[in-house]
Amino acid sequence: MIATDLNTILPEVVLAIYAMAALMWGVYRGKDAEAPMLFWLTAMMLAGLGTWIGLEPEGTKTAFNDAFINDGFARFSKVMILFSAAIILLMSQEYLKRNKLLQFEFPILVALSVVGMMMMVSAGDLMALYMGLELQSLALYVIAAFRRDSARSTEAGLKYFVLGALSSGLLLYGASLIYGFAGTTSFGGITDAIGQGDMSLGMLIGLVFLLTGLAFKVSAVPFHMWTPDVYEGSPTPVTAFFATAPKVAAMGLFARVMFDAFGGAIADWSQIIALLSVLSMFLGAIAAIGQNNIKRLMAYSSISHMGFALMGLAAGSEQGVQAMLIYMAIYITMNIGVFAFILNMEKDGQAVTDIASLNLYSRVEPLRAAALMVLLFSLAGIPPMVGFFGKFYVLQAAVDQGLLWLAIGGVIASVIGAFYYLRIVYLMYFGEAREALDGTMPPIHWAALMASAFVMVAGIVNLFGVGTLAGAAAATLLK
Amino acid sequence: MTVFAFYLFAIVTVLSGLFVVISRNPVHSVLWLILAFFSSAGLFVLLGAEFVAMLLVIVYVGAVAVLFLFVVMMLDVDFAELRGGLAQYLPMGLLIGVVLLVELGLVFGHWTFAEDYEAARAAVTPALSDTQNTVALGQLIYTQYIYLFQTAGLILLVAMIGAIVLTMRHRTDVKRQDILAQMYRDPAKAMELKDVKPGQGL
Repeated sequence: MIATDLNTILPEVVLAIYAMAALMWGVYRGKDAEAPMLFWLTAMMLAGLGTWIGLEPEGTKTAFNDAFINDGFARFSKVMILFSAAIILLMSQEYLKRNKLLQFEFPILVALSVVGMMMMVSAGDLMALYMGLELQSLALYVIAAFRRDSARSTEAGLKYFVLGALSSGLLLYGASLIYGFAGTTSFGGITDAIGQGDMSLGMLIGLVFLLTGLAFKVSAVPFHMWTPDVYEGSPTPVTAFFATAPKVAAMGLFARVMFDAFGGAIADWSQIIALLSVLSMFLGAIAAIGQNNIKRLMAYSSISHMGFALMGLAAGSEQGVQAMLIYMAIYITMNIGVFAFILNMEKDGQAVTDIASLNLYSRVEPLRAAALMVLLFSLAGIPPMVGFFGKFYVLQAAVDQGLLWLAIGGVIASVIGAFYYLRIVYLMYFGEAREALDGTMPPIHWAALMASAFVMVAGIVNLFGVGTLAGAAAATLLK
Repeated sequence: MTVFAFYLFAIVTVLSGLFVVISRNPVHSVLWLILAFFSSAGLFVLLGAEFVAMLLVIVYVGAVAVLFLFVVMMLDVDFAELRGGLAQYLPMGLLIGVVLLVELGLVFGHWTFAEDYEAARAAVTPALSDTQNTVALGQLIYTQYIYLFQTAGLILLVAMIGAIVLTMRHRTDVKRQDILAQMYRDPAKAMELKDVKPGQGL
């Protein structure tokens, strides 16, 4: 009984034990001199687990009285989470070393937060959901404040922690209401309690609170206020991490709760998510226009992109979940490339985040500027880059479910949002001559930037098969 | 006998609760609080809730009360001044107290007089003859909820790592005790014997 259960959650157990062993090793073995090796080892571990989970046979297994679900949807999300975390970890090492932040705890905290994310996308019970969410968030709060000598980073960590605790409180309140009205915390039990008819009022209020807590985690408007400050204040590799793996985990959890627990009441939550989606898309697009700090700009960009991903969810169909998964896969690939670039924006050894420093960058580093241009076009959703297809799929899913107004809103928001991406491209190619950036680029960053730009161009053939895989994953969620 | 024990514990609890509030010295207040915890633990044992009793002694007396004691002794809080506004806050405090009392009364009333009270009581716990509280809790935590229990442990581990990462500083400018070096030190290395001739000095 317990053996089969443990076998089902073996990847999580392996990663957790690895993190604890690495912690002991780091504490006893030495100080931070050997941290680089730990970065590599952890990244290998994450990538290895990603491969393992990716190659697992099809089928759905549950463990611990349905508290843990291992199905195609969970596996697809976990592969995305693990690989993006591995790449970001490798990229962070250089930056942290340059800024004297290299501590062996960093990869361990990342590994533990990844354990939390894996639990989130596999949650089959409100308690397991909350535990995974807290494990992930707590590690993220710490690494947001990782540059403890900087007031900004500390502020980011504290702000994230206080608001995160508030949102956890809202989520718990919702969860306890749902438990009270359903009599169980397991998703299957909640589905049975709802049945096909109308939800009771108490359950509906619980659902709204639960949605609020989750919307905070994906930084959807109107629960987005923390995002720009946290993105700006955290060390850049941490920002890069925030923009990739946790977003996938939070969206995965969102879809998991909505379909597994509230699958019988799609009409009830679909309208709420549609509203969150349209608000996020517009606020992300409009508020980013005035930003001159590229990290703040990426924060607003992530708000807007989460709006698009939520649009797929709002459609409430298998096609919508598929579109959401494709969107997230494309989004994290683009973000890895863009952040590989941002990590190396330096002038005289000082990290720069001002957009104006990119003036006429194309003359200094034509290849890097071209790669960034491709990525920015893709983020803006301009055809024929892959980013366009991500948006296309979610819009199509929304239209097919009769959410025409949402799709039209999405198109308008994406046109508005294109402005600030194109402004960077304009500066790089036609700006005024100024003192240019002079940062060199380590091979890993260069490879990540070029590979992600290449994917944005080459992926238009068949998206490297992600579409089919996402379709299969979405099918297992909706059963 | 049980009745005697109950009244003993109950009277001690109420009295020590009273002394927590009225004693002049805050350290005495905390000590009275510890006595209150102990006697309520005794009340729980009488109820057959031995797990809660252990929890009260270990967690509240062992950790929380000691923490209070440290806070009271370490922080320079002027308790006399804090108590100065007693008359001012008394009406509000009394009001809250009355509301609390009414709520407790309602709960008690429902617990005792509701039509289905026997079923409601039985649903909460298995029969004491089947299993004890501690065993029942252990069976739940370590079998059905082992996954959540272990995750809670991981979360605490992350909290611990976080606290250390964010606050600990490796200081290099302090001298630390090196016990091995102390043990290997012997008179032959530490002392030098000089033969000082009379009237000369070194």
